[in-house]
Amino acid sequence: MAGIDHSPPPFFKRGPAPLALLSLYLGLSISLMVLDHKFHYLEWVRQGVAVFTTPLQMLAHAPSKGFSQVDEYFASLISLQKENDQLKHTQLEAATILQRHQHLEAENRHLRELLGVKERLPTGGQLAQILYAARDPFSRRVIVDKGMQDNVLAGQPVVDHLGVIGQVTRVYPLLSEITLITDKDQAVPVQVVRSGLRSVVFGLGNGQLELRYMPANADVQNGDVLVTSGLDGIFPAGFPVAKVVHMERDTTYSFARIICVPVAGVEHFGEVMILNPREALPPRPAEASATPAEGDKPASSKVRRIKRSVGN
Amino acid sequence: MQPTFTSSRILLPVRPWFITLTLVLALLLNLMPTAHWPGVPDWVALVLCFWSVREFRKVSMGWSFILGLAMDVADGSLMGQHALAYVLMSYIASSLSRRILWFPLLQQALQVFPLLFMVQVLQLAARMATGAAFPGFGYLIGPLVAALLWVPATYVLLLPQYQPVERDENRPI
Repeated sequence: MAGIDHSPPPFFKRGPAPLALLSLYLGLSISLMVLDHKFHYLEWVRQGVAVFTTPLQMLAHAPSKGFSQVDEYFASLISLQKENDQLKHTQLEAATILQRHQHLEAENRHLRELLGVKERLPTGGQLAQILYAARDPFSRRVIVDKGMQDNVLAGQPVVDHLGVIGQVTRVYPLLSEITLITDKDQAVPVQVVRSGLRSVVFGLGNGQLELRYMPANADVQNGDVLVTSGLDGIFPAGFPVAKVVHMERDTTYSFARIICVPVAGVEHFGEVMILNPREALPPRPAEASATPAEGDKPASSKVRRIKRSVGN
Repeated sequence: MQPTFTSSRILLPVRPWFITLTLVLALLLNLMPTAHWPGVPDWVALVLCFWSVREFRKVSMGWSFILGLAMDVADGSLMGQHALAYVLMSYIASSLSRRILWFPLLQQALQVFPLLFMVQVLQLAARMATGAAFPGFGYLIGPLVAALLWVPATYVLLLPQYQPVERDENRPI
């Protein structure tokens, strides 16, 4: 007696049988999953549905945003003064470095001109605020407040004041989604600062990174800093990515197991910089493209996908 | 008095706009920033399951599919992952609704728990199969909380159906 139904049960017009409907919907959702995972065809569907879900999301986040604004308003004067002092101090420190940096950059440009080496592009970008972490518990992604309106493109690298955070993977009209470098199998081509060794660092999904496919006798030590190598044509060279914290050289395996932690505040919230996309690299020589030359770069689908989206 | 088959309470018919409102509110609750905390239930699954059991002629797989897609896009997860889990849950819930409603509320919660757990496990399986990282066992606490919330949810969602429209002195109920 769940209720007195005022409309009689539909005896004659019953629609399709539940089992038929079930198989239709199951088939649809499974094909959606395959299309999304294997072929990445569904970005336009996402954009369409996002038109309806984004306002809802903003509405859902309004209370917490309001609370944080109130909290900021009532932040004590003393803590603000302390922060201000600290900022002035760091700014002074940074200013001296910056003055030298400008001088060095000019000198570097001059030397490069003398050598006839192609000039390194100055990296610019736009500041973005991390709004929240994506709800999906299976991946490590964050949402920032810059999107198509601000000409953000999929594939652009994202850094903070310490180093690389991740890469823009999906762009919505007002927001964009950044996959963090700690996301499982997210790859960043890196170089060991001390030895100049090139490799690719992969996210493990638990907040750490792994330097894979390095031979057991590779010249890597605990505490080594990894910076972007810039070979991918996406990340500009020289941004700190990770620090080696643990190494296992097991002779039964041909590769060393090297665990790193990210240098940047990858799991923290705050402001980040979305760097402008780099100019496309010159096409590879035909021979190299026939056989993927880099032995240390496995054919990761993520790398390929991102490269493709940048290439467009 | 709880509105079950054993009670003599007669409910008013449900209003379609109320169903829509509760489903949208559940979606809104799901999109709150609290969703990261361990043990926060999947509100959409709970409310969908409730209406699939109570009003399977009004809410069933169509709603589940659409809300599932909305969740997929809002999450930025694999497309169709929530839709698959919700549709299957909705189908089983509506086909078992005659049986589930026969029980007292706590036992209903016990019957609903495997359904809500299945939603979580299906998503876990789909994502692990496509090479995502394991999110930890905190992910599986949500359905337990949701099943416990079945009792309060029943009272809250049936609230508009309790009151008679016009009060009549001569009416027995």
